[in-house]
Amino acid sequence: MDPVIAFIIAKYNYWMYIILMMIGLCGMIIKKNLIKKIIGMNIFQTAIILFYISIAAKKNATIPIIAHAHGDGHAAVNAAGIINPLPHVLMLTAIVVAVATLGVALALAIKIYRQYHTLEEDEIISQIRE
Amino acid sequence: MIWQLEFIILILIIFSGIGALMVKDLLGAGILFSAYSFMMCLLWAIMGAVDVAFTEASVGAGVSTVLFVAAIFRTTRRSKD
Amino acid sequence: MKTFGIIAVVLCGALLIYGTVDFPEWGDPASPASTYVSPYYIEHSIPDTSVPNIVTAILADYRGYDTMFETAVVFAAGIACIFLLRIEKRDSPRSRLYRHIPTGVTIRIEQGGRLPEGSRDLERIDSVWVPYDLIIKTGCRLVIPFIQLFALYVIAHGHHSPGGGFQGGVIFGAAIILYALAYDLRTAQTHLPIRTSVLLSSTGVLIYAGTGALCLLLGANFLNYSALAGLLGVDPVTARSHGILIVEIGVALAVMAVMVGLYYIISSAGRLDEGL
Repeated sequence: MDPVIAFIIAKYNYWMYIILMMIGLCGMIIKKNLIKKIIGMNIFQTAIILFYISIAAKKNATIPIIAHAHGDGHAAVNAAGIINPLPHVLMLTAIVVAVATLGVALALAIKIYRQYHTLEEDEIISQIRE
Repeated sequence: MIWQLEFIILILIIFSGIGALMVKDLLGAGILFSAYSFMMCLLWAIMGAVDVAFTEASVGAGVSTVLFVAAIFRTTRRSKD
Repeated sequence: MKTFGIIAVVLCGALLIYGTVDFPEWGDPASPASTYVSPYYIEHSIPDTSVPNIVTAILADYRGYDTMFETAVVFAAGIACIFLLRIEKRDSPRSRLYRHIPTGVTIRIEQGGRLPEGSRDLERIDSVWVPYDLIIKTGCRLVIPFIQLFALYVIAHGHHSPGGGFQGGVIFGAAIILYALAYDLRTAQTHLPIRTSVLLSSTGVLIYAGTGALCLLLGANFLNYSALAGLLGVDPVTARSHGILIVEIGVALAVMAVMVGLYYIISSAGRLDEGL
């Protein structure tokens, strides 16, 4: 039993991030309202960003801003004592692209509402089929 | 960091994520989504990603919520599921 | 259809969980993600660029090419939103609604009518009636300059503290959105019309790409800011720090204008006459 408990304690946070991703994916596929689909897309995006940030964390390390470093006399920087900054940079781009995608998705939803006067997917499909 | 705090915030994140998808009122879904976004920002600040947390606080819990409420104002507040 | 979806999601989740068996320990300093390139960035950020915030240094200098295309993506999203929803109405509206502030009376003037005489106490309201809010208007008018000042501080201090171009640009855009919420969409448009915001966002992208092209013209690679050393009159390490500041200003301009444009278009569904 002990190796199983140790295994679960070591990996449970990855499993919770995957559960969050699957909640977002589930929301995108199963929900019929357009705004709910957009919310599901955003949940998926932020869960992926959370997963990448968790890769970058290090135990007993500090944030990637070097203190008291302006001017000369820099102390030697220990690379193992500073959190890995590369996934942070990639995720900054991901967040900004997510908000841009959200803007265009909401504009599309408003345009569909203007044409069909409903936001439910099955009503729109039945109106198209007529 | 303190694993109890991270665990509680993760549980809150999962519940508000599920809640944002199941609530029938679209305005309530938008506000729950804003709470989800702000708790993500807290979690990233605990993990040491201060730049990413700053961006998510201003973008996710700020501009994104305003855009959602504006879109719901222009379309409809009811939803069937 | 629903059962297909649930089966697919469960299968995907199970495969991903099966994939986490090989993952390294959480917080391991020797994990493969922290081993190849990032120790180089951490150790050489100050000798190469003299910027203490390593995330800003990587974002604008080591990986500046990605950030340039990301700014272009934000600009493209703003333009796409405007093209999707914009309606150009040239005829004047059929009836306008006014409110007399001291008494709270609402009057409606049909097309072709004129305002009554002595009309200094009349203000124009939207078709969705809201009460007259003196507290919100005064409070927002007092707070908005400080929000904009804080946004400029975040942009300029991005070298030493968390912040930078994106965050400062979004906060500046949020200040203008607050002005449009407290007053009227028309009042905000007299200060920042949508054409000006489109122009500002394209200027932001132009500043970023122009700095890269300037480095190319001065003899170095594209977006290698140490070529600006002769132009600015400093040594190459400080020139890289100044180059980072210039491109952050470009990014902030583009992001601010796109946020404001998105709010204008979405809250008025393209008509730009009345908002939230």
